[in-house]
Amino acid sequence: MTLPLLWIIPALPLGAVALSLLLGDRLGRRGTAWLACGAVGASFAFAVRAALALAARPEEGRSITEVAYRWMQVGDFSANVAFLLDPLSAVMILVVTGVGFLIHVYSTGYMAHDPSFRRFFLYLNLFMFAMLTLVLADNLLLLFVGWEGVGLCSYLLIGFWYTKPSAAEAGKKAFIVNRIGDFGFLLGMLALVTWTGSLQYDALFSAAPQAFVAGGIAITVATLLLFLGATGKSAQIPLYTWLPDAMEGPTPVSALIHAATMVTAGVYMVARCHSLFQLAPISLEVVAVVGAATALFAATIGLAQNDIKRVLAYSTISQLGYMFMACGVGAFGAGIFHLMTHAFFKALLFLGAGSVIHALSDEQDLRRMGGLAKKLPWTHATMLVATIAIAGIPPFAGFFSKDEILHGAFASGHYGVWAVGLLGAILTAFYMFRLYVLAFRGGSRVSHEAEHHLHESPPSMIVPLFVLAILSLIGGWIGLPFQRGGHPFERWLEPVFGAGGAHGTMRPLSPMIEWLLIEVSVVAALLGIVFAFRAYLKDPSLATRLRERWPAVHRMLVHKYWVDEGLDALVVMPLYRASQRLWRFWDEKIVDGAVNGVGFLFEGFSVGLRLFQTGFVGTYALFLTLGAVALLLHFLRQ
Amino acid sequence: MSAPMAVPLSWMLALSGVVFVIGLIGVLVRRNALVIFMSIELMLNAANLAFVAFARQLDSLDGQVFVFFVMTVAAAEVAIGLAIIVNVFRLRETVYVDEINLLKG
Amino acid sequence: MPIPWLSLVIFFPLVSAVLVAVLPREASRTIRTLATVAALAEVAFALPLWWRLEPARAGWQFVEQRTWLPALGATYSLGIDGISMLLVLLTVVLTAIAVIASFRAIEKRAREFYALLLALESGMLGTFLATDLLLFYVFWEAMLVPMYLLIGVWGGPRRVYAAVKFFLYTMAGSVLMLVAILWLYFLNKNATGTPSFALDAFYALSIPPAAQWWLFLAFAFAFAIKVPMFPLHTWLPDAHVEAPTAGSVILAAVLLKMGTYGFLRFAIPLFPQASAQLAPWIVGLALVGIWYGALVAMVQPDLKKLVAYSSVSHLGFCMLGLYAMNSQGFAGAMLQMLNHGVSTGALFLLVGVVYERRHSRMIADFGGLWKPLPVYAAVFLVVMLSSVGLPGTNGFVGEFLVLLGAFRTNPVWAGLAAVGVILSAVYMLWMFQRVMFGPVTHAENEHLADLSFRERLVFAPLLILIFAIGVFPQPFLDRMQPALDRTLALARQRAALSAPGRVEIAVPGGLKVVIPPQPSGGTPPIEGTRR
Repeated sequence: MTLPLLWIIPALPLGAVALSLLLGDRLGRRGTAWLACGAVGASFAFAVRAALALAARPEEGRSITEVAYRWMQVGDFSANVAFLLDPLSAVMILVVTGVGFLIHVYSTGYMAHDPSFRRFFLYLNLFMFAMLTLVLADNLLLLFVGWEGVGLCSYLLIGFWYTKPSAAEAGKKAFIVNRIGDFGFLLGMLALVTWTGSLQYDALFSAAPQAFVAGGIAITVATLLLFLGATGKSAQIPLYTWLPDAMEGPTPVSALIHAATMVTAGVYMVARCHSLFQLAPISLEVVAVVGAATALFAATIGLAQNDIKRVLAYSTISQLGYMFMACGVGAFGAGIFHLMTHAFFKALLFLGAGSVIHALSDEQDLRRMGGLAKKLPWTHATMLVATIAIAGIPPFAGFFSKDEILHGAFASGHYGVWAVGLLGAILTAFYMFRLYVLAFRGGSRVSHEAEHHLHESPPSMIVPLFVLAILSLIGGWIGLPFQRGGHPFERWLEPVFGAGGAHGTMRPLSPMIEWLLIEVSVVAALLGIVFAFRAYLKDPSLATRLRERWPAVHRMLVHKYWVDEGLDALVVMPLYRASQRLWRFWDEKIVDGAVNGVGFLFEGFSVGLRLFQTGFVGTYALFLTLGAVALLLHFLRQ
Repeated sequence: MSAPMAVPLSWMLALSGVVFVIGLIGVLVRRNALVIFMSIELMLNAANLAFVAFARQLDSLDGQVFVFFVMTVAAAEVAIGLAIIVNVFRLRETVYVDEINLLKG
Repeated sequence: MPIPWLSLVIFFPLVSAVLVAVLPREASRTIRTLATVAALAEVAFALPLWWRLEPARAGWQFVEQRTWLPALGATYSLGIDGISMLLVLLTVVLTAIAVIASFRAIEKRAREFYALLLALESGMLGTFLATDLLLFYVFWEAMLVPMYLLIGVWGGPRRVYAAVKFFLYTMAGSVLMLVAILWLYFLNKNATGTPSFALDAFYALSIPPAAQWWLFLAFAFAFAIKVPMFPLHTWLPDAHVEAPTAGSVILAAVLLKMGTYGFLRFAIPLFPQASAQLAPWIVGLALVGIWYGALVAMVQPDLKKLVAYSSVSHLGFCMLGLYAMNSQGFAGAMLQMLNHGVSTGALFLLVGVVYERRHSRMIADFGGLWKPLPVYAAVFLVVMLSSVGLPGTNGFVGEFLVLLGAFRTNPVWAGLAAVGVILSAVYMLWMFQRVMFGPVTHAENEHLADLSFRERLVFAPLLILIFAIGVFPQPFLDRMQPALDRTLALARQRAALSAPGRVEIAVPGGLKVVIPPQPSGGTPPIEGTRR
């Protein structure tokens, strides 16, 4: 059998980074674009090849490990740099390299006029390397390398336009908030390796049931710590605040990192460690509740935002909430399914938004858009597909995956979670169509100057949009129940998540209830859409009336519940002030004061002693004599 | 020693003591470096006298030999000391020790 | 007779220093060239140790022994093992870098400067290689003088204060150590009848617990000042800020390692019981240091002071690793010593670069440097990430192993220490943002020259080391581990010598950690685990 050559998949983008660093500006813009896209394209080709090789194997044998070298071994602990290909990581590498490739191509158009063109693709390729390492790693430690690596690239890319202070600030915030999550992840890993002896997936997952008491404190704490890491990376409550700010980065970055790939790393990690989470029911409940809460919470904020990218950012947080919801109720397959479809339509949404922003000369405010459908026909068409997909209308991709999540929640008896999810679905449909209507329909509110430059984007940007639109349309169809015992996607993941897939722990529902659930969620989505059209197209005064009716609610939503301000006042500033005091008072006055105090003490002694040292020879002679006399007397006494 | 004792030991020691104390007081109270120097010589010679007296009393040559050492050292000391005093005088135009109380020139 | 390689390594810089010192004052080019050649030749002398040393062979290698003070039993004896080999290489590499980095920074009395730097190198190497405690002490003290002069003559405005503080502080500790060494000497003399200062003789000596307690305190005090551990750290910010760049680099990269090296080589294996009893205190101070250094670093307006306080935090990790008392903790601490040398050394060099150009180290005087200095900013970024412990760089491997070791001994320690991971990101990134990002805030910064070829040459080896240790740490771990395991086994055996069975460490939080006298660390019983 031919080896699938896993290491080459992350190595290609890394090679491009190295080459770009070596050649410098000699490469030129065209060369840079070809190198960057070519590397990722080749990665995609190798990923397809690897996935095909995996599919060709019998179901039991669908797990290939490639050890590159021994990374570290100390005492009884060891970790390898090794890659694992199984159905789960196959899905991930296909999504990452596929969507990544499209976004690279798109970026060659979007960033064409940026002076730091080369730096942009350098970071982007570095990101691809880190992300692929993350999903291909065969142990948690190597996953962590990718995990922090993508965080670094996210930091660099958010702050890409570093002369803008807000961008630099947002990048730093993203990194630090992620670090808080990583703190949890790190401790979780330490707990796991201490009690199971390994971080390698197979060894870890097979040792865990022996090492831990199911439902015991140790495994619960360990998995919750891992989940803390996931909340950081995937922007869930309480560590979500960095993602909306991350929109300071270039739009392709938002599409690639902050929508399609990096932010889903948390979901991937929880799904990867599903057997650990299944040992800790409390942790799973926490995952479900946090996911549901985030889904609803972020959706409500999305209702009132006017920046096109911020709406999408809150929508991303909300959709990630759905994925965690799925994992929490035990429907890991559904979570990964949604991860995939979300990657398609959310990347498309961001790229479409980028196209709009590009066309409007960097205008991001929805209030200064409108009526763009005629001016930007391709962008409009593809955006509409994505908006329908995220709203959850069949047969678009989002419908299948979202429905499966809600189904899983209902079937596992999480009726509360299901209800929250449904409510979130209504809100999602509403705010997404609000965005659509405000940007593309109605009369134009575009400023004169922007109107003048208004143009459809170049083909390098439109073609990726088109491909993603097709994927957003048909990407969900592998979720159709073609065969008995689950649909093809679920069957594919079965070797990872176990037989029965998402339904392993769930009561089978009668076909009637299943149909009812589907109808309810479709009706919910339609409700949101209809309301959005009414409030923003048919009867614009409705939105104003609502705003005036509940001004407090509106203000709260616009200000995102004042979470950032609260954190600033309650955590950041007190910490800063305490540190100032620690330095100025405690360190300089007390600790160093004590040291200098000892010095002064001796100095004081010396000042006293110095009085004897007059400098007059006579005085010294006198003391000499007195000493001699004293000695003499002493000896005479004996 | 067989020779009759012309002068008793105690007299010689008393003389030595008196000379030593005169020297000591001279060192302590006089301010002129030259006079202090001379006083130190007095003290040394008082010690020499005691050495000689005991040597004679104990019939041993050790004390006499020691006197020679002391005299050599004293001569060397005078040479160096006078040189220092001359130099100090050149620099400061005084040989009063009260006025020479700083090591820094 | 084999070549006395270690003596050659130790004294070659001293001889070169003398040669540099007798050159005419005006021949500044010759002085620089000679110093550089000497430092590079020293690297060439020491580098083969990496391959020639057999890590798996127990005990000292390349041993040299000559009588020195026969009446006291003190010998001139040198030896090397995996621990000291890595530190020796760190020393020679960073000294060479410090010499090359000083070309432009040092204008007055260049001859004396390079001579002292090379003499300092001899002292440091001797300290790492001596296997006789009296000899060790001589080198330990000899090292102080050149450093004192480097700070006091070529330093900043408050250099005299800083130099005196550095000298007196270190001296206060080492005097106590001397007393302890003498005590050990007499204990050994009474027990065996032969006078000796040999480390191996002391390793074989059984020391009563009460004496251990005092001896440990004396040694630990000397080493804790050098490390420096909270609250004995206040000499560090002053010394670092005032020292010239090369001085700061050597101070951070090598001199601080003397403290941790001392704990590893002397305090822990010689007095294992006292070590174990005091472990909660030392770990407590290490944890306070991690937090404290990071928090205080956060609010520093001066770049060098920020890096200095970050050292307090990083060295806290080293101490935590050592007092985890298991192989992961030891290896992590040892690796972290090297890492800190590389990345903090690089940070000081980087601060030196902008200082040479702008004569300021205040963060507020910079801003938006990325635009005029892209290469500088990129190097700074990599070094910063290594200092923050990003996976893929050297910092991560060390930090992870330290935390793993600590977790195995007491999860609470690891939990508290891991907060340092967040804090380090906070202070470093904030500083980076203020210095590099944003628009150029001061007009004079707009046309600063980017790194010159010489400066790139200075940073290249450090960057290579950062990635090499991060991606391929195993060669480093392979070389240090046998020696570390031996130290650990020695400590356990010696502990068992006077307390048969097991060592118990009572730690805060009601946990009792039992270290069985076997190589692998014990795991505390925690509810919900089946082990």
